Amino acid sequence: MRLEEHPILNFSRGPKLTIAFNGQRLEAFEGETVAAALHAAGVYHLSDSHNLHRPRGLFCAIGQCSSCMMVVDGRPNVKICITKVHEGMTVESQKGKGDLGWYEKK
Amino acid sequence: MVRKEIVIVGGGPAGLCAALQAGHLGAQVTLLEGDDLLGGQLVKQTHMFFGSEKQHAGTRGIDIAAMLLEELRQLPNVEIKTNVMVLGRYEDGSVTIDDNDRFKVLHPQKMVIATGAGEKMLAFPNNDLPGVYGAGAVQTLMNVYGVKPAKRVLMVGAGNIGLIVSYQLMQAGVEVAAILDASPRIGGYLVHAAKICRAGVPILVRHSVKQALGKESVTGAVIQQLDEKWQPIAGTEQTIECDAICLAVGLTPFADLLWQCGCDMKFIPELGGHTAVRGKDMQTSVEGIYIAGDVAGIEEASSAMVEGYLAGLNAAISLGYGGEEAKKLKNEYEIQLNDLRSGPVGEKIRSGLSKVSAN
Repeated sequence: MRLEEHPILNFSRGPKLTIAFNGQRLEAFEGETVAAALHAAGVYHLSDSHNLHRPRGLFCAIGQCSSCMMVVDGRPNVKICITKVHEGMTVESQKGKGDLGWYEKK
Repeated sequence: MVRKEIVIVGGGPAGLCAALQAGHLGAQVTLLEGDDLLGGQLVKQTHMFFGSEKQHAGTRGIDIAAMLLEELRQLPNVEIKTNVMVLGRYEDGSVTIDDNDRFKVLHPQKMVIATGAGEKMLAFPNNDLPGVYGAGAVQTLMNVYGVKPAKRVLMVGAGNIGLIVSYQLMQAGVEVAAILDASPRIGGYLVHAAKICRAGVPILVRHSVKQALGKESVTGAVIQQLDEKWQPIAGTEQTIECDAICLAVGLTPFADLLWQCGCDMKFIPELGGHTAVRGKDMQTSVEGIYIAGDVAGIEEASSAMVEGYLAGLNAAISLGYGGEEAKKLKNEYEIQLNDLRSGPVGEKIRSGLSKVSAN
């Protein structure tokens, strides 16, 4: 859920845009991180762990803990807590360690 | 390879102040920040600072960050680069970086490492579920992006961070179920604790999390009471309904780069973990590498800023910048640090620092 009113802060959000999370369209605002957009939409289960396939969520939000890695625009292992949204971005839950094919294609 | 005079790693309060000080003395400075936002943790601090006026007491953290950045942008000899991750330093002094997905090599004469700190983890079953957050993450979502992290939060840790973030959650309209602390008393300032108690939120000392509940994400937590020896007391378990558990159980220095640079390191519990042995000038055992802020030991933003000024000053002096005035400043900063660490509150810090001081 987004905060509209706050006793101290004013949130000036950028223009509205659309991203896709596992094929589902979500509203986001320019300037915010993928993590912020997903949390605003109530998405907390981001990916699954490699071995035990346990749900993974956001933990540190500063690009340090690697808990929030997802597939963004086809690129695996992207830390979505420090990645900004853009119009038409695709965000997918990551299964396993990620396909290195993206780097070869690049 | 790009030659540089002073490279500063980290754009939080310590790094910004190091850049400001070295920049004011005329040194060519490059400030590297891993995020695209400068200010570090300051940008999430909606509360007014304590300490003395010299470190902006009475001003909110977010406004301090804006002031420092404004001052920095007026210095043409300070280059600011965001979205840059330092990868490592080699024996010849070259530093490799990932600059917005491009690999580059810098060759700085001096380096100030101000990489800050991260949340400590707490061991309990299901602590890996979505909905278990570090306190910093909750602040980022809520105060930087205006997104509620949850509806009802269980806060673990009644130090200043736990108390302040609880209060900020309440300001954002999020319910705080309770605040737990394993120790027998509230660690943070009582002025913060009183505000929370007045709002009717229980602060449970000698309590800890037994386990988190939930399958896809957190749906609750089982908490339990601890005895004088910090052992759980059977039969005291209670279930708390919540959709997030926020950990504010202390910070540990992000010291990876210090290790990689080969600095002499010591484990100092009072300072939050491993950090580098340093001189009074904030220089580590590796010549030309200085440290400042939380990576040099967990304190607070006020002392991080002064350490930043001091490290930036000494790095610039070692390159021949600054005259008599710079030496006076050095003395001034050392006095400010002593003031911030004085009294009973600073006892732990003083004890920790006495173990990592090289001179």
